[in-house]
Amino acid sequence: MITPIVRTAIVSLRRDRAALALSFILPIVFFTIFAVIFGGRHDSTAKIQVILVDEDRSRASLDLVRGLQREDSLAIHTRPSSKSKTAEPLPEYTAASAEAAVKAGEAPVALIIPHGFGDNPISFGGDQGGVAIQLLNDSSDMIAPQMVAGLLQKAGMTSMPEVMAEKGMKYTDQFIGGLTPAQRKQMNSYLEILRHRENQPAAAGTSSAQAGSFSGPIAVNSRPVVGQNKRNPMISFYAAAIGVMFLLFTASGSAGALLDEAESGTLDRVLSSRITMTRLLLGKLTYNTLLAFAQLVVMFLWAWAVFKLDLFTHIPGFVVMGLCTAFAVAAFGMLLASICRTRAQLGALSTLLILTMSAIGGSMFPRFLMPEAMQKAGLFTLNAWAIDGFTKVFWRDLPVLDLWPQVCVLLAVGIVLFGLSRRIARRWEFA
Amino acid sequence: MNVTSMTEAPYPPSSSHLESIPLEVVSLVKRFGPVTAVDGVSLELRGGECLGLLGPNGAGKSTLIRAIVGRVISDAGRVSVFGFPANTSEARAALGWVPQELALYPRLTCRENLAAFGRYHGLSGGKLAESVAWCLDWAALQDRAGELAKNLSGGMKRRLNMAAGIIHRPRVVLMDEPTVGVDPQSRNRIFEMIEALRGEGAAIIYTTHYMEEAERLCDRVAIIDHGRIIAQGAHEELVQSVFAQRSQVLAHFDGPSGVIGAWVEQHTGRLLDGAAEFTIDDSTLIAGLLDDAARSGLKLLDVTLRRPNLESVFLHLTGRELRD
Repeated sequence: MITPIVRTAIVSLRRDRAALALSFILPIVFFTIFAVIFGGRHDSTAKIQVILVDEDRSRASLDLVRGLQREDSLAIHTRPSSKSKTAEPLPEYTAASAEAAVKAGEAPVALIIPHGFGDNPISFGGDQGGVAIQLLNDSSDMIAPQMVAGLLQKAGMTSMPEVMAEKGMKYTDQFIGGLTPAQRKQMNSYLEILRHRENQPAAAGTSSAQAGSFSGPIAVNSRPVVGQNKRNPMISFYAAAIGVMFLLFTASGSAGALLDEAESGTLDRVLSSRITMTRLLLGKLTYNTLLAFAQLVVMFLWAWAVFKLDLFTHIPGFVVMGLCTAFAVAAFGMLLASICRTRAQLGALSTLLILTMSAIGGSMFPRFLMPEAMQKAGLFTLNAWAIDGFTKVFWRDLPVLDLWPQVCVLLAVGIVLFGLSRRIARRWEFA
Repeated sequence: MNVTSMTEAPYPPSSSHLESIPLEVVSLVKRFGPVTAVDGVSLELRGGECLGLLGPNGAGKSTLIRAIVGRVISDAGRVSVFGFPANTSEARAALGWVPQELALYPRLTCRENLAAFGRYHGLSGGKLAESVAWCLDWAALQDRAGELAKNLSGGMKRRLNMAAGIIHRPRVVLMDEPTVGVDPQSRNRIFEMIEALRGEGAAIIYTTHYMEEAERLCDRVAIIDHGRIIAQGAHEELVQSVFAQRSQVLAHFDGPSGVIGAWVEQHTGRLLDGAAEFTIDDSTLIAGLLDDAARSGLKLLDVTLRRPNLESVFLHLTGRELRD
């Protein structure tokens, strides 16, 4: 008697396209996204964008630059990229413009090789009086500065052989030659210093990503230029990232009221009054926008109250980004509702689309972790534009005017999506 | 029998006479793919009149109502409301529609539902409040005004559904089977509401497949089948036109069903719910009919003589029962 039960369930599932999609397509989509991001596709792993300023122009610094440029995992930029291929190349970065570029989010890391670096490029122990390379970083990306610092040391070791040999002889002469009691004492004390450094807890090494010097043959001073005063670097990111994802769910669910009203006959009754379809949809859009904005307000207030997010000094930017994001997600929800015939269809389609958009668009993990192709694909999602905008407001402390790309895209997308939903909704107007 | 003429009428109507007619439907056609749901329907609703649209399920009643209210675009013909084409703001303001479905907001209270639909019709302020109060009173829902629509009983939901359709106090009301699924007590309450509405001077089209409702409520009845109006007129006019002075005899017999069936067929009657039904020109013919039954071995249990009703008219015209 079990077989008839199984048979009935299989037939029911086969006829429920929504359940089928959720059961089989969604897991495959998610598996693919995660496999691409974290799997073995190393060839497409995102390169770390590094701005490089060589103020020294010495043989050693030029060797080091060449070494860094040979690193596959780094994309070295010595000058801003031109707007068009035919345009004149822009002037090279300076220390000031490099810092500004990191602050603006153009790259997570900038390296400044200062004047005098070539005079004493190698400094085992960091106390040889050499000039340290400046590593300016955006502390929202905790991985990039660590990788750049490590690769800098590697490039130093491999790209400056003469310098290394010369320094080796110098150290030999300095520490080994003669080995007088005084020299032995000096060498022992230096070895003691090295041993001491080696025995430092691992946490001390990671802290160098935020401030201080890297231990290694090349002296590096790291300095965060964005988010240095933030209490918790990822709070604003996740408030926006998670917020947008749930906004999308709420918006599609709320827009689904249209389907309920169509099914119950209420929509027909409303349309037989003075309310036209355009007015009806505009009313729904306004409501869904306000609902989404209210959700964002609640979420950011929670982040302020519990996680000390600096909300009240960013009110204008928050309002602008919040309203634009709310408008775009509301229009997205309206489009989904107008495409679908039933609530079940809407549930399946919205789950599929929203989770996929959220994964690609950076709501689940930062986009800088993703392969380049996927980062570009993320630009086709509302999540990415919204998160970028909120990051500009809360992380980079940029003025409202700097939000124009995100504002334009979100508004334009919202208008287009609403226009499409209006067109598709014609099916409800008349039979 | 007063079968509707299917002649084309010019549009727009020019005379002031036409503008005084609450509702006029002329040669209306609506097709859904290969199916013609409304096939050249013409009818006229006069001021203060209740016109019953009587027909079985699928006859085209709801499609006709939806075409009048502008929710269905007709393929041919025209609808005018006080001289204005359907779907114009004037026509919408004059029309009230009570759909067959419970088209309400379940999470709004009775008062909030009425206020919402009132606002959709352009009411506001004191006029809206007055209209909501009138409708609550009309639907006997004053004491449930604060109740969520989803928590009301079936009969109350029906009444609220009707009230939402007339919140803007239209002069023409289209009621699409408003008593579907309600118990007899609630049905009587609904009848009282409709009669009160007529007392207010509203012209009403009332669709139903219940002959008793049409007979009780309607001044005139239009019988619709397969999208066509096959007859229309006052109740007695329709019966008279089809049956003249003839009567119907209903008799129950005891005997083998095969024998009863054969005997009924031989006398051009029909079996209806176990009873033999015959139409006779004169009541004196009953005696001969019953004698013949006795000679055929059938034992008479009871016999009734009655005047034919609308159901008889429908059956006579279509060969089918009203509730097929």
